[in-house]
Amino acid sequence: MGSLLEVKHLKKYFKTASGMLHAVDDVTFSIPEGETLGVVGESGCGKSTLGRVVLGLLDSTGGEIFFEGENITNVSQEQFHALRRKMQIIFQDPYSSLNPRMSVGDIIGEPLQIFGLCPEKEAREERVKELMRVVGLDQRFINSYPHELDGGRRQRIGIARALSLDPKFIVCDEPVSALDVSIQAQILNLMQDLQEEHGLTYMFITHNLSVVKHISDNIMVMYLGQMVELCSAKELFSNNLHPYTKALLSAIPRPSIRQQQQRILLKGELSSPIDPKPGCRFAVRCNYATPACFEQDPQLREYCPGHFVACHNVEAANQ
Amino acid sequence: MSEKNFLEVKDLTIHYETDGGVVEAVNGVSFSLAQGETLGLVGETGAGKTTIALGIMNLVPNPPGKIKAGEIVFEGEDLLKKKPKEMRRIRGDKISMIFQDPMTALNPVKTVADQISEVIRLHQKLSRADALRKACEMLELVGISAERINDYPHQFSGGMKQRVVIAIALACNPSLLIADEPTTALDVTIQAQVIEMMGRLKEELKTSMILITHDLGVVAEMCDKVAIMYAGEVVEYGALEDIYEGEHHHPYTVGLFGAIPDLDKDTDRLTPIDGLMPDPMALPQGCNFCPRCPHRRPECETLPPKPHEVSPGHTIRCHLFGKEEA
Repeated sequence: MGSLLEVKHLKKYFKTASGMLHAVDDVTFSIPEGETLGVVGESGCGKSTLGRVVLGLLDSTGGEIFFEGENITNVSQEQFHALRRKMQIIFQDPYSSLNPRMSVGDIIGEPLQIFGLCPEKEAREERVKELMRVVGLDQRFINSYPHELDGGRRQRIGIARALSLDPKFIVCDEPVSALDVSIQAQILNLMQDLQEEHGLTYMFITHNLSVVKHISDNIMVMYLGQMVELCSAKELFSNNLHPYTKALLSAIPRPSIRQQQQRILLKGELSSPIDPKPGCRFAVRCNYATPACFEQDPQLREYCPGHFVACHNVEAANQ
Repeated sequence: MSEKNFLEVKDLTIHYETDGGVVEAVNGVSFSLAQGETLGLVGETGAGKTTIALGIMNLVPNPPGKIKAGEIVFEGEDLLKKKPKEMRRIRGDKISMIFQDPMTALNPVKTVADQISEVIRLHQKLSRADALRKACEMLELVGISAERINDYPHQFSGGMKQRVVIAIALACNPSLLIADEPTTALDVTIQAQVIEMMGRLKEELKTSMILITHDLGVVAEMCDKVAIMYAGEVVEYGALEDIYEGEHHHPYTVGLFGAIPDLDKDTDRLTPIDGLMPDPMALPQGCNFCPRCPHRRPECETLPPKPHEVSPGHTIRCHLFGKEEA
């Protein structure tokens, strides 16, 4: 099975007044067709930037991106325009990602118009209605405006818009973070159904670990622009190796009073991503840091088949 | 004055009277809190959690907000009968509040020193220098070095700003602390630090707390009692064990727990609660949850259920449980 998306040594730096901000630093992964890669990390770890660079919404600083075997790194705007039919995005905030002056029907139909699909008005309206049915939006909302709808329905509009061009690959940037839990579950189920029916491939960006476990085949954990661990969802929760992953998982409050597990409390907070010093970015907060961690960048290595980790002291951390 | 329940909220009803209609934000909510206890107010957006907090603080914006009925008895006195001046003396001193968003709760043009000592000087007769010394102590207490006392909020990270907000709230050693989603805006590892710290301070200072949140995991860790709210009403109320492990539950509570992906189990599909929260301007005639409830019966549509006690201290507002008793 070929990979739909392959990313090699991808880098994205931003120039700021105080230096180079390393938002994404040497990230390598691939997503097989029809699968979901979850990308987790805390705010500022570069996960949203990664999603945008993959979609060509931001130019990369280094590295390569392959989509369906083709190198699409920094290709021209026209070429990317064509690619957008296959690659779409669902945004985090269903409040700011919809144009408040467009009706629901216009928002969902706009991509069709841009690509000249369904040129006739009637055909387009038919397609819009079909999309609304697919995402579970009542057709009476076709002439409503976003402000008249609640968050869950708005997010369904965002999903319908992303689906309108029948894409193969969708970057989901925190699609459920702004929603209440009972609505969140509805949207997650919808996304799973759509994946099965349309054979979609997702890159699912979130900070919510229980959501990512639920929806992903593979999970990548990021810390300050670098990937620290990549493996299957099951493996990540049963046999995680990186000290940061361990701390992150232990920090989730469990909705149960029986199994409050031992929490690994991290000292301090994220260090600055601007002109980072060489060495492991997590070293200052790590309980297992050795002098080597402050000098050399840890390389990503395959610790066991399919399980990648970037840490100098994996063995010490897992005793 | 009963020693046991130093805060008692009885039948609190708060409406917002707008031009478009009356929003029934809080309807007949009752709960009580003993010294040193923590109550979790859990519910989704629009359930009325924050309005209750504002009601206790007597800060409901009026107009359009109006406290229609009820009593809030704090240390034997009804807060709703207090004059604005008396209330100002209580706020920030005996009762204080941690707001949800640390980014907007702090004044961006004042130093942290000014903001912490402001509340101290308002309530205690201390000199400027003494207040500053106390402010430094508070900052150290929440785990920030006192050297940073003259910094401005923008120089702190999100987690540290929330610590500053907590320092302000605790500065006068309040007996009741209302925390409105104190960790929602924070990352999980930072959230873990803040939760750990709040738990420790609560023990040290013997503060009672009302914790408003939608995160059932945070509740499991911090609370002694839980009130599950839906559309302005407390639908289930009891000790932490009753809610998390008890035998009987309100259908909404069941739905709420079922909708969270479980980290320790593999489930293919989640079980969401169908439908949406009712419009608070047009609540159903009977049970508010009835349109979304999988167990609804004819009487649910016409008759609002009353709270039924299923075991001592554990009440459920649902017709399913009224029958068994009758």
